[in-house]
Amino acid sequence: MTTRMFGQKVARREDPRLVTGNGRYLDDLGAGALAAAFVRSPHAHADIVDIDVSGAIDVEGVIAVWTHEDLPGQAAERLPMLLPHPSIVAPMTGFALAKDHVNFVGEPIAMVIAEDRYVAEDAAGRIEVDYEFLPPVVGVRQARAAERTVHECAPDNVAAHYVQEVGEAPASIDAAAHVLELELDIERSACMPMEGKGVLAQWNTDDESLLVHSSTQTSTGLRAALAAKLEVPLTKVEVIAPDVGGAFGVKINHPWPEELAVACAARALRVPVKWTEDRREHFISSAHERAQVQHVRVGFDDDGRILGLDVKFWHDNGAYLPYGVIVPLNTSTHVMGPYAVPAYRCEYWSLYTNTVIVTPYRGAGRAHAVFMMERTMDAIADRLGLDRAEVRLNNFVREFPHPMGVVMQDGAEGCIDSGDFVTSMAKLKALVGWDEFREYRERARAEGRRVGLGIGCYIESTGAGPYEGGHIEVETSGRVNVWTGLTTQGQAHATVFAQIVADELGVPMEDVHVITGDTRKMPYSVGTWGSRGGVMAGNALHLTAKKVKAKALRIAAEALEASPEDLEIVDGMVGVKGDPSSAMPLAAVSVLSNPLRYAFDESAKAATQFARPAKMDAPPVAPGDEPGLDEQDFFSPMRSTVANGMHAAIVEIDPETADISVLRYCVVHDCGPMINPMVVEGQVHGGVAQGIGGALYERMAYDSDGQLLNASFMDFLMPFASEVPTVETDHLESPSPLNPLGIKGAGEAGTIPTAAVIASAIEDAEGFEIRQMPLDPSTLWELRRHSANGEIDRLRRSAQQTDGPAANETTRTSA
Amino acid sequence: MTVAEPHTTLRLNVNGISHTVEVPDRRLLSDVLRHDLGLTGTHVGCEHGVCGACTVRFDGAPVRSCLVFAASAQGHEITTVEGIGRDPEHPSDVQQAFIDCHGLQCGFCTPGFITTIDAFLDENPNPSEDEAREAVSGNLCRCTGYQNIVEP
Repeated sequence: MTTRMFGQKVARREDPRLVTGNGRYLDDLGAGALAAAFVRSPHAHADIVDIDVSGAIDVEGVIAVWTHEDLPGQAAERLPMLLPHPSIVAPMTGFALAKDHVNFVGEPIAMVIAEDRYVAEDAAGRIEVDYEFLPPVVGVRQARAAERTVHECAPDNVAAHYVQEVGEAPASIDAAAHVLELELDIERSACMPMEGKGVLAQWNTDDESLLVHSSTQTSTGLRAALAAKLEVPLTKVEVIAPDVGGAFGVKINHPWPEELAVACAARALRVPVKWTEDRREHFISSAHERAQVQHVRVGFDDDGRILGLDVKFWHDNGAYLPYGVIVPLNTSTHVMGPYAVPAYRCEYWSLYTNTVIVTPYRGAGRAHAVFMMERTMDAIADRLGLDRAEVRLNNFVREFPHPMGVVMQDGAEGCIDSGDFVTSMAKLKALVGWDEFREYRERARAEGRRVGLGIGCYIESTGAGPYEGGHIEVETSGRVNVWTGLTTQGQAHATVFAQIVADELGVPMEDVHVITGDTRKMPYSVGTWGSRGGVMAGNALHLTAKKVKAKALRIAAEALEASPEDLEIVDGMVGVKGDPSSAMPLAAVSVLSNPLRYAFDESAKAATQFARPAKMDAPPVAPGDEPGLDEQDFFSPMRSTVANGMHAAIVEIDPETADISVLRYCVVHDCGPMINPMVVEGQVHGGVAQGIGGALYERMAYDSDGQLLNASFMDFLMPFASEVPTVETDHLESPSPLNPLGIKGAGEAGTIPTAAVIASAIEDAEGFEIRQMPLDPSTLWELRRHSANGEIDRLRRSAQQTDGPAANETTRTSA
Repeated sequence: MTVAEPHTTLRLNVNGISHTVEVPDRRLLSDVLRHDLGLTGTHVGCEHGVCGACTVRFDGAPVRSCLVFAASAQGHEITTVEGIGRDPEHPSDVQQAFIDCHGLQCGFCTPGFITTIDAFLDENPNPSEDEAREAVSGNLCRCTGYQNIVEP
């Protein structure tokens, strides 16, 4: 028997190429292409009075300088609103090159095309723009106050407003024995992939077609958008995502202004044009995420069971809204988490500010939701003097499927289809040593060390539709070509999809070759986002491989004079079950699948007209059949499948400097059956590292003028190896009933609860409420001062301990 | 009016091969390696010397090629990731270790880690885990959380 590949820790197929410098990322392509550079607004909010490009045109090596008026037809109109949603009241998107007005520092105004990037940047520096300044809107609170306005069409700065309700939350809360309110703050961070964005556009004058390579998460989406904007038939545009150096969400938006402007220039100039984003550009002109101000009101009983939850939050969506309300919508649909909440109300406002746009960053609104719910769980536990894990256990959903009553980002009702939260919690408590922590804390305290234990639980809707497809072709050599339309940016698709296909088709993995993100090979696809690659393309390829196998068995059955039901494929050989002597290679079946006139090689002879008996009763290709061992299929789920997990962390905080170290980080993760546990764990490790960055280090520091003060890796602190702890993992594999492979998404999981978990641990260590993220040592040190002054509530459990300052018994609890 | 940019003809020793290139004086070593010599395994992640993706060995020492003018590399031996091992069928020991330990995901930062570690192991062939972590703590990776890079 062939070993089943699904579930094995198979080494990655893509690695030998990538470790030897043979990767082909965007900037590695297009040798000799002209280079584009952009003039970007240095002001957050201004009218453009005049643009003088004369100084740039004289620079030797400059080919063209474009401003908005050079953009043709539809390309000069606003960029598309990609995700319309009923909550959007004031849709506003930008232009490829600014028209009359700029709304954030970094907005592109002019494009220089030159022989070389150095020259393009020299010339860009000589373009003079006159501005008339307008007062900028920076941050949620200033946007909410609406004393200043970003866009005239939204005088209150509200881009979207939405309410979702399950039951009667306000009444349930009023009737509850205990009520708590929490005000929570999360600041901006960003995906910050190591490779920025980039695009290479090549116009073929011979057939009037456009070939675009882009460091994108959706080649099909970009293709459609460019065809529409350039007003050319779809068939004349192809988009390829080459090796992509990380994305984490920021490369899903499309078309980026630069993608459109560069494509227009390539067509107009009839030469290849390339733009590679530099790091500063990535900071000030790609996308950020995370900033929300959140208010929670919760009612609960003596056991900490939530009776009603009423949530309001204000989301900073930046200057434009090309990617709609996915982030706040995800927040609103994930607050309830793994808990049975009988009454829930959520209201959000998505607000324009004069800052970089906000599009999904790994987790996409879910981290904010978990922060709300898990801070609430800890607050309930502290209010009642209960163990924090026990309060969670008292609220867990225990029956599946569990309809959530809210409409998710895919338009379907959310439903927790699978899981076992009680078991997951038991695993997590065992992994971190929950019950032994009190003793550990006492020992640490005796040594003068301050430690805390934090916990956080989450669910994640993954594998959203509408669909993904697979295309598999078995060549006459036996080589199996596998195409799926979604893109890859580090998720090991060339490996995990090959595992799935090899299993179903009964071929060695080495024979399977996976290509993703190339519209020439699979033009029907959505993209790689929302932990959907494995679920969607994995299942599509599983279904496709089944079709190929069925056809192979049918053809082989004819050749072997056997019944298809009696055949199997093992190690690439098709034969009667249990009788290897009868077997023929799958390659030979491929030969037979395609009746030939011409024998191009030895193996092809077998398929020619005189090499096999003529069928008297049917043409060579029967009606309804097709030549070739070549099939497509698609997977389209009823709804998103919901993965889940629980994390715990132990932190140590310096009693004097407030320096925070993560001593241990434990993860129990349930994404259903794992295709490749090594890859899943890698995703979790990386997700946790990003989560820790967001919890302790990373923030976008805007000043009141809308200037991003830390737009470099010197000043925006991403964790190095020295800051990230070892992640200890355990898994639960509860299969999803929503897809044939039973899998649930894993890509974003590590990031989602991390800020909540670290906040929980810091709160536990410090003994006073933590309501904001990120927390650096100086901020925590300030919070200590506020706590000592009685401005921040101390935890009740801490107030009962002897080491803390005098407890502030003021409570916001009302009975 | 613009002044013609000063160019210099450089002789660079890269991966044991001598190359002659005529480049503008301000051209960075990272750009010359990538765009003039076609050695695109050296990646550029920040162009201000923090991320380490562009690290090459410069007379054996790990150096950020985005902070070095190509002209400064004359007379020195440069080794890029391709010089450590360019054949996917026959990766070097360090490259193979990245494959075996799942030490990469998107792979963009990986060449910088490999050049850094290659230099480090020449100095310290049997490092402890703490020493290994310290050795790579100047290289940014956004995918892996570093765990499989630093763990034995």
